[in-house]
Amino acid sequence: MNAEKYLNIFKESFDVDEATAKGLKYQDIPAWDSVGHMSLIAALEDTFDIMMDTDDIIDFNSFEKGKEILAKNYGIEF
Amino acid sequence: MTFEELLQVPPYSLGHEEKHALLTERLLELTEHHRDRCPEYRRMLKSVGYDAGSVSGYEDLPFLPVRLFKELSLRSVPQEDVVKTMTSSGTTGQAVSRIYLDRTTSANQQKAMVKIVSDFLGASRLPMIVLDCPSVVKDRNMFSARGAGILGFSIFGARKIYALDDDMHLDREALTAFLEKFQGQDILLFGFTFMVWQHFYKELVRLKEQGVTFDLSRGILIHGGGWKKLASEAVSPQEFHDRLRDVCGIDRVHDYYGMVEQTGCIYMQCECGHLHASVFSDVIMRRPLDFGVCGVGEPGIIQVVSAIPESYPGHSLLTEDEGVLLGEDDCPCGRKGKYFKINGRLKNAEIRGCSDTYAAKFA
Repeated sequence: MNAEKYLNIFKESFDVDEATAKGLKYQDIPAWDSVGHMSLIAALEDTFDIMMDTDDIIDFNSFEKGKEILAKNYGIEF
Repeated sequence: MTFEELLQVPPYSLGHEEKHALLTERLLELTEHHRDRCPEYRRMLKSVGYDAGSVSGYEDLPFLPVRLFKELSLRSVPQEDVVKTMTSSGTTGQAVSRIYLDRTTSANQQKAMVKIVSDFLGASRLPMIVLDCPSVVKDRNMFSARGAGILGFSIFGARKIYALDDDMHLDREALTAFLEKFQGQDILLFGFTFMVWQHFYKELVRLKEQGVTFDLSRGILIHGGGWKKLASEAVSPQEFHDRLRDVCGIDRVHDYYGMVEQTGCIYMQCECGHLHASVFSDVIMRRPLDFGVCGVGEPGIIQVVSAIPESYPGHSLLTEDEGVLLGEDDCPCGRKGKYFKINGRLKNAEIRGCSDTYAAKFA
């Protein structure tokens, strides 16, 4: 459920398919630049009703890393 | 020394000797780095007879006039590594600076800024009102200084709204709804000094006359971008602060000094009204006649050095601003490092003379 929500946010934010989303790293595509990054964070915060720390926003540099951060620091189970 | 190591140091924790040693090491390395990778920079160093062996501190390093980034495309990375190009906010008819960022430099700018601003705001993010319009961040490939500032500060905010629409009118409904939602909480406001004055403050005054008021007593305003336009309306920093407090109750107001050529290591104004240099950068006030280093209290042209730039040779720059060093390591706010104030932009004719002749040497 959460995994699906998480994936959908990536797909919608960056307009990419599932396979691309899952391997995505920050600045791999033009859509995931610093503007896209803040929109992604806002979407994640709204969806999971969390408030992320600045350090986590900076460390959030790939699809996989983001999952790790959400699981470890915000108790979101995937 | 890597930038990662510097990031581990709390931003206002080092006294003069420690900071001087650390920054000198990093800036010497950056000078070599750019000499190896940027042919134009290499030629400039050669023409001024640069010799690393004779450098005893970063005051001895050569500096480029900021203007040079308007005239030349200076990069220390291949074009394909450039992920973002930032431009200065030149007024109409003026050339704009182009600053090329790769992933590393772009990331380090944001990291340094987080360390600096967190020292003032604390670790938690705050509901945020951007005192500008959404369209400034629309062109994603070409960032203006305004867009870069808004984006850089957005990381400290959450549930962000823009207070102005694209015609620069205050969105009263959005502001009211936002303030109701976050009643009783600290709120971050960010904007450029002139925009805040022109499109926010003046509108609040107009609305107050109609009996419509907003309570921003829990607000913390961070603003930057200079006082040039406000000085022409004869608004001093103190008056700016006082009048904003009168109209909406906001009392925590921090100006900052920074420039697109050295994004990231901004100079934040403390509770005592002083601008502070962090461990990531420093200011050196220079005498206009011989570029000698000014003493405390002596106005001079501001040179800025930054430990961040790796993708363009902008680690040591002579600005077109005049400032005064107020002291070092002993500000009553407790932060170490130099603290200073800005007097304003140098008069056009003067700087034209000095930077043009400086740049002409490298032509």
